Amino acid sequence: MGIEKFLFYFFAAILLVAATLVITVRNPVRAALSLVLAFFASAALWMLLEAEFLALVLVLVYVGAVMVLFLFVVMMIDIDLAQVKEGFSRMLPAGIAVAVGLVVVMAVVVGPEHFGLEGFGEVPRHGADYNNTRELGMALFTTFVYPFELAALILLVAIVAAIALTLRRRPGTRHQNPAEQVAVNAAERVRVVKMAAEPRDDAPVPTAEPGESKEEPR
Amino acid sequence: MIELAYTVTAWMPGWMQAIAIILMKISLLMMPLLLGVAYLTFAERKIIGYMQVRVGPNRVGPRGWLQPIADSLKLMFKEIVIPSSANRFLFLLSPLLAFAPALAAWAVIPFDDHLVIADINAGLLYVLAITSLGVYGIILAGWASNSKYAFLGAIRSGAQMVSYEIAMGFALVGVIMAAGSLNLGQIVQAQATGLGLFSWFWLPLLPLFVIYFISGVAETNRAPFDVAEGESEIVAGFHVDYSGMAFAVFFLAEYANMILIAALASLLFLGGWLSPFDGLPVLGPLFDWVPGIVWMLAKMSFFLLLFLWLRATFPRYRYDQIMRLGWKVFIPLTLVWIMVTGVLVVGEVGPWFGHGEG
Repeated sequence: MGIEKFLFYFFAAILLVAATLVITVRNPVRAALSLVLAFFASAALWMLLEAEFLALVLVLVYVGAVMVLFLFVVMMIDIDLAQVKEGFSRMLPAGIAVAVGLVVVMAVVVGPEHFGLEGFGEVPRHGADYNNTRELGMALFTTFVYPFELAALILLVAIVAAIALTLRRRPGTRHQNPAEQVAVNAAERVRVVKMAAEPRDDAPVPTAEPGESKEEPR
Repeated sequence: MIELAYTVTAWMPGWMQAIAIILMKISLLMMPLLLGVAYLTFAERKIIGYMQVRVGPNRVGPRGWLQPIADSLKLMFKEIVIPSSANRFLFLLSPLLAFAPALAAWAVIPFDDHLVIADINAGLLYVLAITSLGVYGIILAGWASNSKYAFLGAIRSGAQMVSYEIAMGFALVGVIMAAGSLNLGQIVQAQATGLGLFSWFWLPLLPLFVIYFISGVAETNRAPFDVAEGESEIVAGFHVDYSGMAFAVFFLAEYANMILIAALASLLFLGGWLSPFDGLPVLGPLFDWVPGIVWMLAKMSFFLLLFLWLRATFPRYRYDQIMRLGWKVFIPLTLVWIMVTGVLVVGEVGPWFGHGEG
């Protein structure tokens, strides 16, 4: 067994175990972390397929950003496990039937014999100077430039829509404007008042030295 | 050096030799790095001390030079207290999750021409991907401690790191466009156009350079962006319940990340191991004998000094101001400068973009 095959089975085993843990583990935070591990293992598998750009972007986007936000949500909601598990045994037969049905359908439809894998032969290996990132960029910005830009536009619309849906100002709430606050300078906040010292009524001698001015912040 | 390693390990079978050589390289990098982390804490206390007209630590060893050793010994022998209602497994796992990415990212950092552990094509992308994992250690530490202060710190830190990663990524996009490569070695080579320090990317990409470094400060949760551990509000933030070595590992991760940001800033904007006098009439030949790694380390030290200087100078940002700076100032600025960089690259402007790459 070559090192590559060993690495494949190693990461594939991690992927399967992690994916199983996502749905079996009780603690939702641990489930989210198992999903992170599953993403990581699949990134390693992509790396073995010489798709280093996709692998690194998977880690960067899904593990580094999306799952962090997922974790935030999962950490802050208080899930009542008893309520979630209510009716588990009652629904179990139906669930098992659906699951078995799905597995059978998938085995029939997406079995390896439908893709004619024998006709493809072994995937050619590239040399050390092969640059997957460059190849992907070339393909994306020449052959597939219109689909790529369409996808970008759809994403932009989604971003604008998400912000428009959540952006609301309730009347009656107080807001600070940090931009205004940062731009403020000392002269706008403190007024320095200079006034002559006055002797106290009951004092025998004036305590303030002559010529000293009293500064009073307001 | 590498020949010596091969002759010493010549008796091993091929695969074992390969692993041994890799391990040797890793330890050659790790030992100076961890020593650097230890003495960075010492330098921080000394430098900030002098900035505040104090002496700083001066009791342990000659002029205080053994202070970091004493600190680490003390932390090693301290008990690790685990809060009774904490999630034990995640509580102990999260320091490692913070520390491992901080070390793993160093694999692709070159210190001199070809002086690098893994010279991979997408080096910069790898660094971005690996450093984005560091946030897990902090979030999980905050959650697993089962304490409100720790959780508040974790949420602040997580939101801050995710936000500033975007500005940081955009700043790097500018560098990638200018260099036409994701490989850190090639990015440095693209800055060698024979005008000394004026041929480096800091000049054409000045806004991106400034934004990159400030985002780096925010990303490492350093002052003035250290709301994650704002001691005046939430005690110590995410690591309030940690003690002993578990706490020390968070500390190590923070300082290793600082050194990493310093190394990246020197590689991407200050020409890495290139001499600042390279190609200049008199000074160029005068400084030719200096090995590249010296320049690299000098540039890194400069950025580390900046980190400490910032901490000694500025008061802590308020949280909403941090978010405004990241989203409403840095991201639009980087987007604009990416456009400008595009124009400069297409027009092959100046000494920087005339080499017809990409």
